[in-house]
Amino acid sequence: MWRRPFPWFIIAAALLYALYPYFTDDVGLRESLLLAAVYIILASNLNLMIGYAGYVNFGNIVFFGLGGYVCLYLVTALHWHVILSAFVAGIAVSAVALLFGLGILRLRGAFFALATIGVNQAIQQLVVNFEPWGGATGIYLSLDSYGPLGGPMQALWTTYLLIVALTAASLLASYAIKNSKFGLGLLAIGQNEDAAAVLGVPTPLYKALVYSASAFLPAVAGGLYFFKSGIIEPTSAFNLQTSIEAIVMVMLGGSGTILGPALGAFLYEELRGFLLTAQSFSQFQLVIAGALLLLIVQFVPGGLLGWLHQRWPRTRRWLE
Amino acid sequence: MSTLLEVSRVSKRFGGLQAVDRLSLTVNEGEILGLIGPNGAGKSTVFNLINGVYPPDSGKVFFAGEDITGQPPYRVARHGIARAHQIVQPLGGLSVLDNCTVGACFGRQNLALGQAREAARQMANMVGLGDRMDMLASSLTTAGKKRLEMARALSARPKLLLLDEVLAGLNPAETEGMIETVRKIRDSGIAILMIEHIMRAVMSLSDRIVVLNLGARLAEGTPQQVADNPEVITAYLGDSKLINAAELPT
Repeated sequence: MWRRPFPWFIIAAALLYALYPYFTDDVGLRESLLLAAVYIILASNLNLMIGYAGYVNFGNIVFFGLGGYVCLYLVTALHWHVILSAFVAGIAVSAVALLFGLGILRLRGAFFALATIGVNQAIQQLVVNFEPWGGATGIYLSLDSYGPLGGPMQALWTTYLLIVALTAASLLASYAIKNSKFGLGLLAIGQNEDAAAVLGVPTPLYKALVYSASAFLPAVAGGLYFFKSGIIEPTSAFNLQTSIEAIVMVMLGGSGTILGPALGAFLYEELRGFLLTAQSFSQFQLVIAGALLLLIVQFVPGGLLGWLHQRWPRTRRWLE
Repeated sequence: MSTLLEVSRVSKRFGGLQAVDRLSLTVNEGEILGLIGPNGAGKSTVFNLINGVYPPDSGKVFFAGEDITGQPPYRVARHGIARAHQIVQPLGGLSVLDNCTVGACFGRQNLALGQAREAARQMANMVGLGDRMDMLASSLTTAGKKRLEMARALSARPKLLLLDEVLAGLNPAETEGMIETVRKIRDSGIAILMIEHIMRAVMSLSDRIVVLNLGARLAEGTPQQVADNPEVITAYLGDSKLINAAELPT
């Protein structure tokens, strides 16, 4: 894997992304880049499901929210270090996803998509009624919680750097999976699941594994993100709208490619930032998102990268 | 010659239709067994029962001495049974080479990715797709897709190959080429169970033939025995007395 330039390119880009706001000490830029990085993590991992295995996970945000809850609970109730908590949250959410996956991945197409929405809504309701996690009001962090990271100001920088690292990890994982036997099996499932099974791909296992794998980094990111925010509550943690926006990002950049979803996430986030500054249109980005999704699915199903690959086949080699 | 596949009294019912009715058949190592019968006789269903697309209602399937009844397709594939579909099922968005690599990776050989790619390349060459390795499978012609089905199945280096009408829809030249390919496969030591409608091909390729009608075995024997069997002729063409009785105005 490391013999090709692509992974090194990702690492270099991530370093630049992480260090530019740090050395210019631009807090505003950092915040906007942080949000974009979170979206890249969400879109990139969602792409493992949509682009590789061909299963549209509408409730993908549940991993992010649940990761946030587990992490903040560990930090506040058990006083664990945030990095350990986020990591454990990732493992816990992956394990839950594996169990869910073995069940709902028996469904296909629209039925699977509906089931994933169901999972998200069910877990949201569960959390609303779960008192140890603060019920409908959620979990707040006190300022002391930032002590282990050197105080609140330093913690903001540390979480930013960690989240950028997770972004790089997401892209590297997409790359590694795509160039592995596991990835080939997933792509086969995405193309024609029945044919893949006849060829010997263990479809139920692979689907559950990729569902679980696509939960890990978003859950860790959720832990760090909500730690940085200092508060988590059910409506923002399990916001279905964000799930759908993540799907738009994947489709916009090019599902099934490695860089596409990241590109889509970054562009969408910038667009959203631009539209949000225009006060008269609250949530106007959703109108654009809906229109975009329709246009993409109808006219450029391959997204930006798919279109580039078709237009200039040479780009296939280096723009994966 | 030892028995490779033994299908023992399997039945399958779909609602009111008895698709396969207590059918038994065996395939020996290194032989080609032809499975023929009129449309709707249940031939493809037999394949589906063997490779686990659906479990039989009753009866057993043994492969290389092991009971594989009701195992899902991906486990049957691991045992060494590969299949080329009647209705081609290419992984359209993947290249020809990747399609074959899937077969090599996950079939009986269970190879690592690098070795699988090598095996896949060989098989693609063998069936004559060597010059189209990097094309998307969806952009192949029908004949090309049929060859891809074969190459993909063979990449697993199976012990038994199920061929479901691989000649259908091919022009005479392509048919000749395909018959040659099937022979080459048998000569490489792979047993073949083939469903085929093109009689010339079945008769020349098969060591033995099983005739299926209404889900049950109607006859079995060498190609010559089967061709001379009056019951077989009736099943295919209708009652010979009726045919004779209906004097066609000329």
